[in-house]
Amino acid sequence: MELLVASAIGFLTAGGIYLLLRLRTFPVILGISLLTYAVNVFLFTTGRLTIGAPPILRDGVETYADPLPQALVLTAIVISFGMTAVVVMIGLGAFLGSDDDHVDDQTEQDEAEANT
Amino acid sequence: MTHWLIAPVVLPALLAPFIVLAARYHIGIQRVLSVAGVVALIAVALGLAMQSADGTITLYRLGDWAAPFGIVLVGDRLSTLMVLLTAVLGLFVLLYAIGSGWDNRGRHFHALFQFQLMGIMGAFLTGDLFNLFVFFEVLLIASYGLMIHAGGNTRLRAGVQYVLFNLIGSTLFLFALGAIYAETGTLNMADLAERVAFVSAEETVGIRIAAVLLLLVFAIKAALVPLHFWLPSSYAEAPAPVAALFAIMTKVGAYAIIRVYTLVFPPELEATAGLHDVWLLPAALISVAIGMVGVLAAKKLDRLVAFSVIGSMGMVMVMISLFTPAGIAAALYYIVHSTLAGAALFLISDLVRTGRGSLGLTAKAPMAGAALTAALFFAGAIAMAGLPPLSGFLGKLLLLNAAFASDMAVWIWATVLISSLISILGFARAGSVLFWKAKSVAPSEDSPAQDAPAPLAYIAVGGLIALLAAHTVFAGYVHSYTSSIAAQLFAPQPYISTVLDTPGKLSTPKEGY
Repeated sequence: MELLVASAIGFLTAGGIYLLLRLRTFPVILGISLLTYAVNVFLFTTGRLTIGAPPILRDGVETYADPLPQALVLTAIVISFGMTAVVVMIGLGAFLGSDDDHVDDQTEQDEAEANT
Repeated sequence: MTHWLIAPVVLPALLAPFIVLAARYHIGIQRVLSVAGVVALIAVALGLAMQSADGTITLYRLGDWAAPFGIVLVGDRLSTLMVLLTAVLGLFVLLYAIGSGWDNRGRHFHALFQFQLMGIMGAFLTGDLFNLFVFFEVLLIASYGLMIHAGGNTRLRAGVQYVLFNLIGSTLFLFALGAIYAETGTLNMADLAERVAFVSAEETVGIRIAAVLLLLVFAIKAALVPLHFWLPSSYAEAPAPVAALFAIMTKVGAYAIIRVYTLVFPPELEATAGLHDVWLLPAALISVAIGMVGVLAAKKLDRLVAFSVIGSMGMVMVMISLFTPAGIAAALYYIVHSTLAGAALFLISDLVRTGRGSLGLTAKAPMAGAALTAALFFAGAIAMAGLPPLSGFLGKLLLLNAAFASDMAVWIWATVLISSLISILGFARAGSVLFWKAKSVAPSEDSPAQDAPAPLAYIAVGGLIALLAAHTVFAGYVHSYTSSIAAQLFAPQPYISTVLDTPGKLSTPKEGY
């Protein structure tokens, strides 16, 4: 299971970084979403991987699941969800306004072309 | 346990929704509420700063849960000083926004402004790393709204860049927090400080990765080269009062570095040895150089100011990376100076924009209100470039003095002195093109005459410059106070024991339980 979870985090991160480097709004937002999935799974594993273990103290139980990372993941999910919605709106506004979805700065040549 | 410590977070957090709900369509009421809120914040911050001036560390446990199980806010000399600085800066920025009419060019300026203050205050006061992340997100999401306030295509494009860059930074922050939690099982800073020391020498891989990731995140916030690329276009395109408020946001990064790397990963910790002197110091020196070269190379005034902010953040980071009490004391003195000077310069560049209609550094006909704007620019440029008599000069003097003991003293002296010269050239060139060459250009008939900026705008900028002058005149008092802050930071035991040993719900039962 460790291998599966670790490689899942790795693939998600790799895909996210590849998409980030495309420098266009849509792939970059997708890339950031992948990265946040990766970090959410990563946060889960920081409390050690356990299967079927209770998170609350009980009599006669030796192994527990750490409840704190689950709370952290919940916070992280909510924040990243809200942030993605914000960036989609701002990105849409920028694209509709300037008819260009590059996220990097325009070079002077581009600006000259846009003005003509 | 008094509740005053949480007031700087709760007050703006309640005021902002109230402004949205009760005063949505009344800009006048919004202005009154917003200014009253910030004035109350200054009063609370002053009270907190006086309370902790004698070295008392105030602790606020949310829901009375004992640390490390509950979330705590901690007020020591450093955090209360930063809270006070934020509140004071907020007042002048707000006055400028009202005076220049910026707050009326889009909706919800005042609500977002209060949320932004809430995030910054929380980041300064929290004693928990995950809570620091949450407050970073609060201040960032408010800053996204402020950044694109009043709209416009270039501003939206710059806003997209800014948001995306910060989202990547937040993801990195979460990775760092996860790594720290996996290694130590806690995210409370005081608890971490105790547990990190117990990590045995062979098992430090995870904690070292976490320390470096965390430093990267804070360096992004502090716009340290090579992570500074987001700053010039976002600060230059943001509305001027917002850019001026953002002057404190880079300092949040610097504050976080000071806090975490004196408390959790102190310089004498073996696992993270070399992080400060081998990596942080050269990066900071390059920041100083690139910022100041950018000042000389900028073609527009707003970019020039943005690069001067990068340079002065580099200067702060050089002082921090010395990690000696003298270095930290100098850094705190310079942080106050650089916040006020950076904010003043962003506001002045907006005065120029109002007066002449553009910020390009080419000669144009004389602008409206040129005399007063030129005088303020002169004072702001002197402060930022670090010429006597203003506080930038004293800050650099403190740095050069503190750098004597360092192995890199030659590099630090050379970089600081040469880059200061370059920035003086840059500011002198900008000032002479903007204000003096204007006389040689005849005003054209077809361009409409611009109105001079409003008096309240001048009062706000003049207030910031007056604060800089006071920061210079009372430099002795301020420096002895920042020295006492540094002394408190380098003796973290009272902080740790206050946080961990104050009883609350769930604290370790005493004898006879």
